[in-house]
Amino acid sequence: MQLYATELMGAETYDDQGNFVGRVREFFIEPADQPNRIARLLLSRGRFQPLVAKYDQVATVGPGTIRLNCNERALELYQPNEGWLAVRKDLLDQQIIDTQGRKVVRVNDVDLAEMRTNGNVELRLTQVDVGLPGAVRRLLQGVVSPSVVRKLQSRLPQRTIRWEFVNLIEPDPLRRVKLRITHEKLEDLHPADLAEIMESLSAAERQGIIASLDEEMAGKVLAELDERLTRQIVEKLDPEKAADILEEMAPDAAADLLADLPKETSEELLEEMPGQEAEDVRELLSFDASTAGGMMNTEFVFLGETSTREEVLEWMRTQDLNLDSLDSVVLLDSAARFSGIVTIARLLMAAPEQSIGELKLEPLLSVPVDTDEKEVFELFDKYNLRTLTVVDESQRPIGTIAVDDVVSRLVEK
Amino acid sequence: MNWEAISTKVDGLRDRGTDLQKRLRATRRRIALLLAVVGPGIITSNVDNDAGGISVYTQSGAQYGYALLWSLIPMTIALYVTGEMCARMGVVTGKGLSDLIREEFGFRPTFFVMITGFFVDLANVVAEFAGVAAAMQIFHVSRYISVPIAAVLVWVLVLRGTYRQVEVVFLAACVLYLSYVVSAIFAKPDWLEAARHTVIPTMHFNAGYLVMLTGLIGTTIAPWQFFYMQAGFVEKKVSVRQYPQARADVLIGSISCMVIVFFIIVCTAATLYTSGQRSITDAAEAAAALVPLAGKWAGILFAFGLLNASLFAASILPLSTAHVICEGLGFEAGIDHKFKEAPIFYWLYTILIAVGAGIVLLPNAPLWKILIFSQVGNGIWLPVVLIFILLLVNRRDLMGEYVNSTTFNIVAWVTAIAMILLTFVVVYTTIFPNAVGAASP
Repeated sequence: MQLYATELMGAETYDDQGNFVGRVREFFIEPADQPNRIARLLLSRGRFQPLVAKYDQVATVGPGTIRLNCNERALELYQPNEGWLAVRKDLLDQQIIDTQGRKVVRVNDVDLAEMRTNGNVELRLTQVDVGLPGAVRRLLQGVVSPSVVRKLQSRLPQRTIRWEFVNLIEPDPLRRVKLRITHEKLEDLHPADLAEIMESLSAAERQGIIASLDEEMAGKVLAELDERLTRQIVEKLDPEKAADILEEMAPDAAADLLADLPKETSEELLEEMPGQEAEDVRELLSFDASTAGGMMNTEFVFLGETSTREEVLEWMRTQDLNLDSLDSVVLLDSAARFSGIVTIARLLMAAPEQSIGELKLEPLLSVPVDTDEKEVFELFDKYNLRTLTVVDESQRPIGTIAVDDVVSRLVEK
Repeated sequence: MNWEAISTKVDGLRDRGTDLQKRLRATRRRIALLLAVVGPGIITSNVDNDAGGISVYTQSGAQYGYALLWSLIPMTIALYVTGEMCARMGVVTGKGLSDLIREEFGFRPTFFVMITGFFVDLANVVAEFAGVAAAMQIFHVSRYISVPIAAVLVWVLVLRGTYRQVEVVFLAACVLYLSYVVSAIFAKPDWLEAARHTVIPTMHFNAGYLVMLTGLIGTTIAPWQFFYMQAGFVEKKVSVRQYPQARADVLIGSISCMVIVFFIIVCTAATLYTSGQRSITDAAEAAAALVPLAGKWAGILFAFGLLNASLFAASILPLSTAHVICEGLGFEAGIDHKFKEAPIFYWLYTILIAVGAGIVLLPNAPLWKILIFSQVGNGIWLPVVLIFILLLVNRRDLMGEYVNSTTFNIVAWVTAIAMILLTFVVVYTTIFPNAVGAASP
């Protein structure tokens, strides 16, 4: 039978002799042992110190009554333990992240299932209830008889989340370790979804999540977050960790982030970053944000125009490229000046021996770093561009602007 | 001519110039920092001066002249002390008040706080739309036209706007309260007398005076404001570092709200009280009576102020209520969500406006009964919410170093208990208007 934590709270507990022991006040899970097993029940006895029954001491569980398979004297006295997850205190009424539905929800009730083993009954946490049935149960429990509540709730729409998809939010890092709360499930989300989830959390909770993500994911999430929140988070991060995250970010995203920070903080973070990355970011920071230089990304693929398609593909396979965002490559002439761009699709369809110089996209467009962003927008609009190359005074390419940079700029306006 | 002396003088001037520039720049930065946070405090305190509030202020000015002006100073303190705690909780925990009540006190208390809130706020919304109707009647617009237009306007504003846009509209509404200042100047009051009564309390120990005093203070703080203000700071993602600015926002709000009250009372005191029209019972009536006394413009501005206040409160109340309920019950809430993402939030919002405006349009609607219900409801709801706030703000696990200091706690508890007692008196006298003899005019 389906059991609910709310229904079992307050259940009378009897030992093997049939003596009343106490009433259930709390369920504990020991995530270090078993992520979903109710490991201990807290039994309160009025003015006496409460007792704790372990899962293997429970014989039967029914609505309102629990029977133990041992004597009252075999139970231990209650000692608070930070490594126990308390269903009532840590779960009920708290916010959790539904990693499948990708949003933050509040727990109304917790659904339990019985698992019979030899001589005892284990309770397993199967799902959390975030819908109306749980709310009705919480409201009416103890006021109206459980059978009436069950009849009532069966007519209401269900909204539950399987326990595997529940990600707890715990801002305290020590407690997080003790409760084995990892954010692996969050790392499977799209960074933009996780950023949206984080916007609906409190500052401490956001901080906790960023701190426990790996640097690459943390960087991607920070790039997606609202810039005010990003600033708040980065300012509170340990500078070393912040520098590690910045290192994993694309230089233009890192520069955008640093540009929003106070001068001393951004300088401190740049000091922490390794030389080459810091240099790239510093260079980007020196450009005015509203020019082509302020929009460009310095990570791009450039090739000599005389190479063949086969050589190019061969070389690209050996490189660690970000394939999701790569849609064209920049060509250089013999003096390392900009000579044109080739889209990946053209490259794909070309004959193996064809020289990539012949695949160049017309017209040959590039802009100097100090071009005003408005002019850049107009070029993208007029020629339906997806990539635009930015060059220095001697026509050498120093970065590219992608269409998504343009879109996000325009959306901001 | 001594060239050296001149050049040192010029240098000195230039130094002073750059110094001034630096100081200007610092001030400008401080203002920018403040502007990023400003909003929730100012808006919430100003909504205080809603249709019901303005009626009470008008009455007190008409009946007792300047004599009650001194109560504005303790009222400002009460407004600030209670508002500041919510601002602090919002900034420190990053959670709304109903969120915190739910997490710390469980489902049932939250549910009852919210259900009470829904009905009390609904009654308040009715009062606001009644204010719109009364104000527009002065401009000879039938309520069957003005109220539906107002309802649609309010509904669309929030539905189509982002938080930031809506906040700008609300801040602009705060500025429109200045119409009362102009109205008061037209009334040519005795400023010296008004100033004296503001600083020096005058106590009259007759029942009517005391009831008016409690009425004044009782309408100052409505429980839903706490929820709205805290949610405002949370939605703006104000961080702990910006707490000084948030506090300044609350302080500016409390003071500006009371300044407007001052001008309303002064305006009616200088005209209605002086000319002996002391039995005026509501703001619309006062606006009409102002025309022969202080000129057409004074009356029009007074009515306009009432319209603005009613519209303003009519847009904020349903918004705040829908927010509180959804937050507490765990539904998506907030105007930054789309209709599809937060259906319950938008439905609640719509129902509050539709039913609130609808009741005003019913022929023979028992409006005064609803007004009494809203007063009584506020009175019952206020102690519960205030006690929740005081319990939460003193929790070290939530607030860390930002818990109330002992001094602040004393001030806060005294304020809370005084507010609770006064509100009970208001409730009692509203239910039994004949209990205090000559109380009601």
